[in-house]
Amino acid sequence: MLKHLTNLDGVSGNENAVREFVLEQIAPYADEVKVDTMGNVIALKKGTRGGKNKTVVCAHMDEVGLIISEITESGFLKFKPVGGLDDRILLTQRVRIGENKVPGIIGVKAVHLQEPDERKRVIRQKNLYIDIGASNKGEAAALVKLGDYAAFDSDYREIGDCIKAKALDDRIGCMILLECIRHTYAQDIYFCFTVQEETGLRGARILAHRLEADVALVLEATTAADIPFVAEHEQCTRQGNGAAVSVMDRGSASDRALVEFITTLADRQGIRYQYKQTGFGGNDAGAFAATGGACRTAAISAPCRYIHSPVSTVRKSDISDMRRLVRCTLEHLHELEG
Amino acid sequence: METLRKLTACGGGSGDESNIRKLIAEEVEPYADEVYTDALGSLIVHKRGMGKKIMLAAHMDEIGLMATFMDENGFIRFAPVGGVDAFSTLHQRVRFSNGTIGVVGYEESMTEMKELKLSRMYIDIGAPSREAAEKAVHIGDIAVFEGELRQAGNRVVSKALDNRIGVYVLIDVLRQISAIPYDLYFVFTSQEEVGLRGARGAAFDISPDFGIAVDVTDTGDTPECPKMAVKLGGGAAIKVKDGSVIASPIVRSALEKTARKNGIPYQSEILERGGTDAGAIHLTRGGVPTGAVSVPCRYIHTPCEMVDIDDVNAVIKLLLAFLQKEYL
Repeated sequence: MLKHLTNLDGVSGNENAVREFVLEQIAPYADEVKVDTMGNVIALKKGTRGGKNKTVVCAHMDEVGLIISEITESGFLKFKPVGGLDDRILLTQRVRIGENKVPGIIGVKAVHLQEPDERKRVIRQKNLYIDIGASNKGEAAALVKLGDYAAFDSDYREIGDCIKAKALDDRIGCMILLECIRHTYAQDIYFCFTVQEETGLRGARILAHRLEADVALVLEATTAADIPFVAEHEQCTRQGNGAAVSVMDRGSASDRALVEFITTLADRQGIRYQYKQTGFGGNDAGAFAATGGACRTAAISAPCRYIHSPVSTVRKSDISDMRRLVRCTLEHLHELEG
Repeated sequence: METLRKLTACGGGSGDESNIRKLIAEEVEPYADEVYTDALGSLIVHKRGMGKKIMLAAHMDEIGLMATFMDENGFIRFAPVGGVDAFSTLHQRVRFSNGTIGVVGYEESMTEMKELKLSRMYIDIGAPSREAAEKAVHIGDIAVFEGELRQAGNRVVSKALDNRIGVYVLIDVLRQISAIPYDLYFVFTSQEEVGLRGARGAAFDISPDFGIAVDVTDTGDTPECPKMAVKLGGGAAIKVKDGSVIASPIVRSALEKTARKNGIPYQSEILERGGTDAGAIHLTRGGVPTGAVSVPCRYIHTPCEMVDIDDVNAVIKLLLAFLQKEYL
């Protein structure tokens, strides 16, 4: 399922393909399904006992990518980033553009042609372009329109005990939601799939307003920095150490009681978890905590290396820890104090 | 002074306000019609009355250091919670919620002090190993500065006067107030230091007609400091603007009028940077006319914040006068 999910293209604002798959998957299990004006999917799964806290568990469907902003006279495509992209990873990437998935590559002047000081500088995104093999503007315009989205063209592949793919942030969360909705819980739970997280938590903000939840649990992929040249204390999370539980990030401080509830469950069930170190990053929890009358939030994430790139990786054991922890949390949520 | 001593001594890093909330709840209980805690941990104290709904907000959280990592020798790395300055933090004593004391050191391989960054600093809690450190502190625990309250002349020095002085003011106003022409909500907000978050949720739920934030503000009266027209001992500071809000002219002029009528010394606060809960309240729902009254404070976000006792009394008098007669 993760393979299928990551192969779908859903750059922020264009989550259609992912949404269709999600809707198809949840149809047999959800009691009510709604797609709101922004494109968020809201699926209510009735519990056996109702529930005192209105509870949301969510993951975002969108991924970072590019949007076509100009077609040049000679048939190259200029683009703008959608979501947080590092200019340095764009060079020589393969992308696919628009509904017809027109293949393209992000080109760069060959090494032979570069001046010595050019070789030392990072090429900025505004100086990059996509080459779709068109020889002039007319040919390019026949294949691609302004405003078309481009997603990374990167295969799902297993390397060692890890999975490498694009869009693991946050198809991992989507997958776990799709798995969890198949089961029944004591508590009523809204399973939500949000849009436009990468461009500023926009879908979640609308959703938070609409649902006025008491508790929101956000499923995410978060930075793993257990790589060379990062000091141990600056490694946000580590692969292989289990699901990451957030205490605080740029957008929200998790509810202390909720975090303790989750970690106590994990301890009791022997599920491996780690706290997300450093207060960086942000996710849909920030929108839930800052909208309307606000609600209590927490986030459970898969540690992901090279996040926001075509070669993001997650460790299989972390996915299974996250799956168990989320499932177990949902099963016990009705015990959470109001 | 005893109340203020207790309020400042209590720890309450943003998101970790349970201790300070409990303390405030005990203080306000005898004077309130209703006391409750909302989803983000703000304490809401309702003093019922006929008339327009006014939300008074003072944040109860303070900046702190959150433990993020423990090394094998028991040293704790940390992330800032709110606006924590590396230089003000160096070699300070800090305290975790469970009472564990630590001191802040830095990687001494650094040759230039201008390279000082929080990521190159650590907390030493006297633990000889990772195991010992893990017994005392959890990842995610927040430490706050130590800095006992002392009186210096007519001034008070302590940690966390930002914003326990505002909390103190609201508690004192609540204690003294009678015959109110308004429906009053005294809100002790959470998570102000990390982005005015508690006030946002509380304001949405309460949906007030007017908002007033009570917080500290910078001064421009120390040697070679950036220019600012507020000084310690100059009276209550009525906010004109800060980085988060332009005070509602209705609220601001009503506050100024109250001060003039009652002979309460005041000064106009124009703060270029920084924000207060007023910033969150005024953008709630369709907009809420909001102003703020500030206590001038030197050395904000250090363990030795300083306020003037006369200024504190002026703020209390101003709010009492303002709330007991219908100026709005």
